[in-house]
Amino acid sequence: MTSRPIATTRSVMEVPTGRLAMWWVLASEIVIFGGLLGSYVMMRLRHGAWADQAANTNTWTGAFNTLVLLTSSLSAVLAHQAAERADGPKAARLLRFTILGGGVFLMVKAFEWTREIQEGFTITSGLFWSFYYTAAGLHAAHVIAGMVIMFIVSLTAARNEELHRVENVGLYWHFVDVVWIFLFPLLYIAK
Amino acid sequence: MSGHAAQPAHHDEGFVKTYLWSTDHKVIAMQYLFTGMLMALIGGFTAYVFRMQLAFPGQSVPLFGRVSAGQYNSLVTMHGTIMIFWVAMPVLLAAFGNFLIPLMLGCDDMVFPKVNRLSYQIFLLSAVVLVASFAVPGGAFGGAWTAYPPLSAKAAYNLTRYGSTLWVVAVALEFVAFLLGGVNFVTTAMNARAPGMRMFDVPIVIWMIVIASILFMASVGPLIAGAVMLVFDQVLGTGFYDPGTGGDPILWQHLFWFFGHPEVYVVLLPAMGIVAEVIAVFSRKKLFGYRTIVHTAVATGVISFFVWAHHQFVAGIDPRMASLFTVTTLIISVPIAEMVFVYIATLYGGSITLATPMLWALSFVAEFLIGGVTGIFLGAAGSDIYLHDTYFVLAHFHYTFFPIAIIGAFTGITFWFPKMFGRMMDERLGKIHFWGTIIAFNVIFIPLFITGAAGEHRRIFDHSGFPDLATPGLQHLRTTATMGLVCLLAFQPVFFFNFVRSMVRGPIAGANPWRANTLEWLAPSPPPHGNFAELPEVYRGPYEYSTEDREEDFWPQHLPDDLSPATSVGGHQ
Amino acid sequence: MAQRAHADAPHHDETNYVAIWGALCALLGLSVLGPMAGIRLLTLITAFGIAIVKAYMVCRYFMHLGIEKKWVAYILGFMLAIMLVFFGGVAPDVLRHEGLRWQKTYVEPTPAGGER
Repeated sequence: MTSRPIATTRSVMEVPTGRLAMWWVLASEIVIFGGLLGSYVMMRLRHGAWADQAANTNTWTGAFNTLVLLTSSLSAVLAHQAAERADGPKAARLLRFTILGGGVFLMVKAFEWTREIQEGFTITSGLFWSFYYTAAGLHAAHVIAGMVIMFIVSLTAARNEELHRVENVGLYWHFVDVVWIFLFPLLYIAK
Repeated sequence: MSGHAAQPAHHDEGFVKTYLWSTDHKVIAMQYLFTGMLMALIGGFTAYVFRMQLAFPGQSVPLFGRVSAGQYNSLVTMHGTIMIFWVAMPVLLAAFGNFLIPLMLGCDDMVFPKVNRLSYQIFLLSAVVLVASFAVPGGAFGGAWTAYPPLSAKAAYNLTRYGSTLWVVAVALEFVAFLLGGVNFVTTAMNARAPGMRMFDVPIVIWMIVIASILFMASVGPLIAGAVMLVFDQVLGTGFYDPGTGGDPILWQHLFWFFGHPEVYVVLLPAMGIVAEVIAVFSRKKLFGYRTIVHTAVATGVISFFVWAHHQFVAGIDPRMASLFTVTTLIISVPIAEMVFVYIATLYGGSITLATPMLWALSFVAEFLIGGVTGIFLGAAGSDIYLHDTYFVLAHFHYTFFPIAIIGAFTGITFWFPKMFGRMMDERLGKIHFWGTIIAFNVIFIPLFITGAAGEHRRIFDHSGFPDLATPGLQHLRTTATMGLVCLLAFQPVFFFNFVRSMVRGPIAGANPWRANTLEWLAPSPPPHGNFAELPEVYRGPYEYSTEDREEDFWPQHLPDDLSPATSVGGHQ
Repeated sequence: MAQRAHADAPHHDETNYVAIWGALCALLGLSVLGPMAGIRLLTLITAFGIAIVKAYMVCRYFMHLGIEKKWVAYILGFMLAIMLVFFGGVAPDVLRHEGLRWQKTYVEPTPAGGER
């Protein structure tokens, strides 16, 4: 119904074009986060003393946020399942639940950071904290972007349109979850 | 399943929707092309100013005034930055990629036209941000295009507080634009090919653009991370690269060059692809070793991830790594050399026509060869200890970058101009422009090899601190180089005049004036929205020139197989 | 040559996503408990080893990489490999604490407490 080019409907590689494009987006995101986290790991290994700083992160908060993101990934994949069964409204509901999960994640992070800043740990308090806020911040920016895109997709999905987008936005969301799966031990557990 | 793709003529959509807000890949290609050409004027102007300063130190430069040390730094920084990110990439990758990919693959547009439009808009924003940095207090960033901290991180050192942040922001935006564009290119090339077009029926220039896009995607990530860290250092006072807080300036260098080296192949591969297309067409010969070229290009891309620290031999890196990087750097010269041999093999025995595009293509081979072999002295850590940061490096990379960005661009523009605008460029003006440019180019940079070998430092504003380099002999070489540049710039109006006049009043070109095989020559010149009246199907590879038993010396990809000698001439519509 | 417009194999959805989620939560729990034992090696294994397992499970079951075309996984794997090259090439420099002709001016604060 949208005036998309005929080119968009072809799939010579036998993977739908939207999904293929999302894989490439994720591929380029791997190297962005990989570069940042790789740099962090190197610096962390170099500075043993950072363990003292890292001790000030709250493992339970981090774990709770991990749980939130894992749950939101569950709802995202269930949304995909619903879309596969052509149940657009259900997929939209599940997507909105996922967005809610992202919102909870961000709220927890906001409280967490507020507490840490009040305790005097700002982005310039030391290099550990610089990395901490930068890495988690870049991740959070991706969470926000994901929430926005997911919301837009949920609008069309609710009308049973463009259901393939549910899977694609889900892939993005799972990737954001995977990044956090690594951020959690890096920032919270390795003390 | 072919479709009727070309839509009925759009009634007046208005200037804005047609030229500024279009999702048509051809319009977006022109947007990138013209933006790139405009930025080239700015980049060329910066070069003119600083070279005048070097030839006539302390004297007022016409059209600029006296150059201060700080301005000199800004000029060289912006020259490098603009030429690589805002000329080479938009023209070679974005403009030609956008224009050619759907046409050569038999599509009606890119698979994501709106994302395509967004990519250009982000790119345009990045250009605006960068140009704006000339006007802010302190002026444009002056820390070299490589932006090493602490110089780039601390305004107290670089004296361009606002310019340096705008620079990082502009570069980051440009990266985002090209990531988006790259996804579009790769997905379209993978998934939207015409029926019958197998992987090895795809024209080599498309392969090169796709490989380059993947290379860009795979290498830019760490630098994006690094740029975020740099901008935080600049603006928030973090210490990612500050040894005083436990940071490491070498980390930036690695992050930068890890991208920086694959980046040169990101721009090289499309240029080589363009040259290959032209060589095949104007020798009326099958491209020698097409599959070899593809495999070589992939191999080059992979190896390019293993050579980056040859830019850092004297930066204090671990000497054992230096040995490793010497070996890998020398290895990477092999596949590129092999591609050059393949091009020469294509020419051999061909029926060569020295039209303007072919002159540019041949000059690419010759000039790039010089660039390539001089790189060997730099790739070996031992000799690099002497040559690093001298003009020898500069001459080397201009003998590579100039063929890539300028010669490659002119090759492509003169070749595809008829398709883009429906008219032929003037051959005589084209040849005048060609010879003027090529001869002047060599007059600029051969003297710089000599001064570089004599020890001339890069990035110095004057020689007050280097009396040994202020000899009349060396100064004479510098002046010669500057005169070469002035001459080069003086010939460019010939091109612009030719371009504009041909666009408006050139002889009408048919669909296939060069009698070539690839699918873009089937579409009308210029192609309408949707490109093809009927989307083509493909029956053979792109380089069936001078096939035996055929009357015609070319065999377009879209013509069905038949056993009679000649079917149709040119495209049918 | 046949062209298939939406050519992906229908996902035969027998995967119990909730069960996968449950396993992921259990692993999360383990990774939180691990450091409490205080054994450094155990902490590292539970923290990062489990992270790798969790990531694998999300990729395989939630992102359906298990039934996707193989070359997609190769593309992603290539990017990860590139990151290893990055790490391998840069770590020798960034991890160094001393070298020829340079001094470390940054004084590392000594870690408080026993093991790190």
